[in-house]
Amino acid sequence: MRKLFETMIERLFADLATPAYVLGCEGGEWPAELWSALDESGFTLAGTTEALGGAGASWADIYVMVRAAGRHSVPAPLGEALLANWLLGKAGLEGRGGTLSIAACADLTLADGHVSGIARAVPWGRNVEALVAVATTDAGTPQVVLLQRSAACELTPSLNVAGEPRDDLVFRGARVVAHAHLPDGLGVDVLELGGAMLRSAQTAGALHALLDMTANYARERKQFGKAIGSFQAIQQQLAVLAEQTAAASIAAEAAFCESDDGLAALTIAVAKISTADAASVGASIAHSVHGAIGFTEEYPLHLLSRRLWAWRSEFGSASLWSQRLGAQICQGGSDGYWPLLTHHGKQPLTGLASNRL
Amino acid sequence: MAISQFSYSSIPPEAEALRAEVREFIQAHLADYPPTLRAHSWMGFDAEFSKKLGARGWVGMALPKAYGGAAAGPFARYVIIEELLAAGAPVSAHWIADRQSGPLINRFGTEQQKQRYLPAICRGESYFCIGMSEPNSGSDLASIKSNAVREGDSWLLNGQKVWTTNAHHSQYMIALVRTGEKQAARHEGMSQFIVDLTLPGITIRPIRDLAGGEHFNEVFFDNVRLPAEALIGNEGKGWDQVTAELAFERSGPERFLSCMALLTALIDALGKAPDALQAREVGRLSARLLTLRNMSLSVTAQLAAGEHPAWAASCVKDLGNVFEQELPEVAQLLLDVEPRQAGGGEYARVLAYLTQMAPSFSLRGGTREILRGIIARGLELR
Ligand SMILES: Cc1cc2nc3c(=O)[nH]c(=O)nc-3n(C[C@H](O)[C@H](O)[C@H](O)COP(=O)(O)OP(=O)(O)OC[C@H]3O[C@@H](n4cnc5c(N)ncnc54)[C@H](O)[C@@H]3O)c2cc1C
Repeated sequence: MRKLFETMIERLFADLATPAYVLGCEGGEWPAELWSALDESGFTLAGTTEALGGAGASWADIYVMVRAAGRHSVPAPLGEALLANWLLGKAGLEGRGGTLSIAACADLTLADGHVSGIARAVPWGRNVEALVAVATTDAGTPQVVLLQRSAACELTPSLNVAGEPRDDLVFRGARVVAHAHLPDGLGVDVLELGGAMLRSAQTAGALHALLDMTANYARERKQFGKAIGSFQAIQQQLAVLAEQTAAASIAAEAAFCESDDGLAALTIAVAKISTADAASVGASIAHSVHGAIGFTEEYPLHLLSRRLWAWRSEFGSASLWSQRLGAQICQGGSDGYWPLLTHHGKQPLTGLASNRL
Repeated sequence: MAISQFSYSSIPPEAEALRAEVREFIQAHLADYPPTLRAHSWMGFDAEFSKKLGARGWVGMALPKAYGGAAAGPFARYVIIEELLAAGAPVSAHWIADRQSGPLINRFGTEQQKQRYLPAICRGESYFCIGMSEPNSGSDLASIKSNAVREGDSWLLNGQKVWTTNAHHSQYMIALVRTGEKQAARHEGMSQFIVDLTLPGITIRPIRDLAGGEHFNEVFFDNVRLPAEALIGNEGKGWDQVTAELAFERSGPERFLSCMALLTALIDALGKAPDALQAREVGRLSARLLTLRNMSLSVTAQLAAGEHPAWAASCVKDLGNVFEQELPEVAQLLLDVEPRQAGGGEYARVLAYLTQMAPSFSLRGGTREILRGIIARGLELR
């Protein structure tokens, strides 16, 4: 299934998500053509069970789709919709086609089927029809809620470094489309965790593209009568870029492969840290090797580098996740350290929410 | 693209099942082993310990059963060695035989050679060293001058090796020497020999390292007469054989666990309530460690599938060495403790030792620049 998904989606993105198209969407222009192609092929529902209208894809299958979205700088909440539908499915709710996003950083209360509060930094909040969030009832029980975006009474627009919408939405007594208990085994921070996992895969994809672009450029650009890639100083920098790309890929893939019914919290923390660090190093090397041409709007390098700079901070920076992870490790002391590392797939990141900084 | 060589692989359950056994073994044999000795990592020499491991079947375990091995897959060996390294167990005696020489003999050796060398390796009794570097040939290994000349039924070996780890504790060296004409192409005309280090004409002199330890040596060959069966593999194919070993040599957990004793001592020294910077750095180091482990496991899966992931192995070693070299630096950043050669606390002594060892991590097994050169070649830049 994985290979098939990847081939299909790669073709779709190569056709539609061209650099000019991606650039044209920055600032909040909705990629209607691209989204309807994704929607028609059922990609946003891939992770939902067949009973609830999806394809029953595993996280390992979803990894290649999200990575491909990163590789092509896809200006749409594909990962977000996949995550939203996965969570709806977990809660026993039907998946939703059309445009869909998530509110991972939300402070929402649910009473009598109506939601009040704020949802911050919703990807493409201004564009989507619906969003999924976790709200709390008066009794303090967490609920998965599906909300109509048009039910929001205030929208504060905001853009990340790559011109992707990250909007705040305020709800006052908005009727939910559907809601259900957050299933056991998932924490109230499930969307933040899932969001961090998505960004790690997108970052890995963008780094692949960055490495390709930069190595190609180094083979073609000539100075002092030869390709700059023949200079050892450039070769050594590109080797580091390749190492960082490899590290980011494996870290992101591990997060997806070790997630199944629940999300592998510790592995996701590691993925977010490793990919964010790789993004910083990688973008810096790619720009250095490209020289001035890479600093122009015309040359597509910035489509990747600005996304790397945006995604590394979203759903928790390397710093934040490192601090959470480190606090937990020190809590466990040195005796628990190696056992924790070697069984990371099954480890929850305890106190993630209480740890919020 | 080269980068796609890295794909996620987890340890299969049958290999994972060994973990509890090794932990029990370590608990039984090394319970009181102090952190200052654990800090020696795979440079810690203890023949008795190697024999105990051999008796458990954990040395040369990937070798065929007919020669004393367990025909275990690479993942089983991975679990054993990562547990031993994480605990800082003294594995140096059999390390090179287990990692390189055994597999090399199994791959290129004659039936007679396999029967002669492999069972003793598997018992943890037979130790090997690697004779590649010479005084004027370090990174430029193909420029070696030591040579063996065929004389009737035997070979006459002359020359010098240097930096040979454990030559003074080993029964055998696998030496790379010239056997061909001088004018031959750079990478041709070299062969590998199993040199019995008790033969007449061999002088071994330990070289003290900067911390006063005696790990490596200079080895002189003065008209050493080697029997015909000392040749391992094919005459003239030494270079290809050596490069085939490199994926084994460069991708294992020893390339990022050398400072494990410091990392655990640091966690203890920080205590259960670290400040924000301390928590952040411990978290970041641990994330890098886990990612390196996943990279290393990915290369292991390729080795298990019979592939030759030399490119990916270079990525693991370089990134791993950067990581282990940074550990003493981060420790200095987090705690205001002066390193101590003697006296002071255990943490201060572990820090002192590993601060001094760190420069060697990116030299042994190929330097940073050489590895990055290999990676660049994989990117088709050279
Ligand atoms: C602890 C330890 C154990 C060792 N054990 C063994 C052993 O058991 N057996 C064995 O055979 N050897 C062993 N070695 C030797 C090791 O393999 C060499 O140190 C290594 O190959 C580098 O060679 P060199 O020290 O001569 O440095 P050089 O090759 O002289 O290098 C010096 C510097 O120049 C750089 N340089 C060299 N060539 C280039 C180039 N083409 N482009 C860019 N930079 C370049 C290097 O990267 C390095 O930074 C050991 C070394 C150490 C430190």
